[in-house]
Amino acid sequence: MKLNKTIVAIAISAVFLSACSDTDEKDASLTDGNLNANSGINDASTNGLNKGYGMNSSAMNGNGDYASTLGPEFNDPNNPLSKRTIYFMLDSSEVMPDFITVISAHSQYLIANPSQHITLEGNGDERGSREYNIALGELRAKSVSSMMKARGVSESQLNIVSYGEEKPAVLGNNEAAWEKNRRVELAYQPR
Amino acid sequence: MNFFNQVFFLVAFSLFVTNSHAALTIEISEGVSSALPVAVVPFSSTGASVNISAIVNADLERCGYFKMMAEQAMPSKPNTAATVNFNEWQAASQNYLVIGQLADGGSGQYNVQFQLFDVYKSGQLLGYRMTSSAADLRKTAHHISDLIFEKLTGKKGVFSGRIAYITTTNLGSKQQSQQLQIADADGFNPQTIASSVEPLMSPSWSPDGKKIAYVSFERKSAAIYVQTLASGERTRVAEFPGINGAPAWSPDGTRLALTLSKDGSPDIFILNLSSHSLTKLTKSFAIDTEPSWSPDGNTIVFTSDRGGKPQIYMVSSQGGDEKRLTFSGSYNARASFSPDGRNLVMVHGNGNDYRIAIMDMANKSINVLTSGRSDESPSFAPNGSMILYASKKGGTGFLSAVSIDGKIQQKLVFNSGEVREPSWGP
Repeated sequence: MKLNKTIVAIAISAVFLSACSDTDEKDASLTDGNLNANSGINDASTNGLNKGYGMNSSAMNGNGDYASTLGPEFNDPNNPLSKRTIYFMLDSSEVMPDFITVISAHSQYLIANPSQHITLEGNGDERGSREYNIALGELRAKSVSSMMKARGVSESQLNIVSYGEEKPAVLGNNEAAWEKNRRVELAYQPR
Repeated sequence: MNFFNQVFFLVAFSLFVTNSHAALTIEISEGVSSALPVAVVPFSSTGASVNISAIVNADLERCGYFKMMAEQAMPSKPNTAATVNFNEWQAASQNYLVIGQLADGGSGQYNVQFQLFDVYKSGQLLGYRMTSSAADLRKTAHHISDLIFEKLTGKKGVFSGRIAYITTTNLGSKQQSQQLQIADADGFNPQTIASSVEPLMSPSWSPDGKKIAYVSFERKSAAIYVQTLASGERTRVAEFPGINGAPAWSPDGTRLALTLSKDGSPDIFILNLSSHSLTKLTKSFAIDTEPSWSPDGNTIVFTSDRGGKPQIYMVSSQGGDEKRLTFSGSYNARASFSPDGRNLVMVHGNGNDYRIAIMDMANKSINVLTSGRSDESPSFAPNGSMILYASKKGGTGFLSAVSIDGKIQQKLVFNSGEVREPSWGP
């Protein structure tokens, strides 16, 4: 019995360690811009954020793979279509200027490809109450949706779901994790 | 099958009070300084697989009000009133003494009796004789704990209650399973009542304890379900476009208050569970969510950011003027009433830390009870004495409980995975 507990404890700390090292690794990618300006944050791909710990974000497991099959531009790091995560400031649903290029690129793609559909998955960091964070996640997804509609994307191509703090991209109780969890993921849906 | 496994398990490990059969192990991290010394003498027992006196001892120890005497320190181990020598218990500085017997009554029934004595008055305070099936022996032990607790503190015991919570289990290869579980108040007999690879949230007990409402994303969008615990039968009661969240039962069990964003911004609605009629209660353009009923059913409190930051508001459950209740702190959310309606418990944030606070409805003063950085989901015990809540540390979640005066603190250690969103059942 005691042995079992020890094994569980080791397994848990191993998971936690891998989550930590992932965070550290991503910190390195953020060093070219400070947080407030947010330059550099949009370089963090969804792929990288999910590595190391198994939060099954749908953008990662199924739809992320689906988007990457849509064309080479979705996998070209120099093309804004390869970026499918929009990050937000604390308690805010306002889209920051750095992400407008990404939203515009996806809008143009959706207008040119009316058979494609996208789910905007709103998320928040772990602080505060869970249902309030669901509401905040929805506001974020709606901000992105409004910008896409303003650019001419048909409402029928857009779907919104908020997961609040229930699907963190990164585990951790620090700003490094929180800033990666306040996000909207653009998940292309096979139909 | 399951039953036999459990019996075998309990026989095999009956020496351990806290074995891995429990989902949770509850540790008391802080008790009252004036804890009363109590001795629970091991009951005489014939052939039972459940150690009733050990369960009673653990219940009383865990609650923080009592200082339990170790078995090795006991001067004697009487099982009948006639063999109790009060002088030796006085000499051992014990205020109260519990003795008892458990006898096989045949055909799967047990006869249980216990007595509670005031050692200094050399007199009996309580004496009960009861029968219990083998399967109900744990329940009987918790019932005995409730009777002793109420006699010694004047408050109703909560040892017979149940708790609901959400737990995450890693399945490997980047897959997780979310489970809605219910367990006895001491963490034993955990049962999974719903599981999904998508999030499960916001369990809410019906007032009669027979059903649980909860949010599930199993269909890749939010829906609210009501599930009957005994049969497992469940009904999807809300699946509108957008948010379907924060279900809360009315005290009479006929309605659910909930949050829907089908009309735009999240608002509070009331769903009549028999007629299925839906009434919109709040109509702001801001976030309105996390409704909770007053015990008399007349008032609903909720979280709204209409003033810029989330704060607690109240409105009549018939609708009408909405009034702000909280003005202290930049973040107040997820309020719920104490069973007597005099206090609200809530998540109280100052910008960095999110803690559990209690507000006196009479003078609106707020008292912060916890010291974590990310405490959430507070839930009152049915007797109003303790608040169960979720904490996070090192990227994982666990449960804690605190008395309403902040003096007693318990940590509930879960054997595996993350645990969150506790809800104390009626």
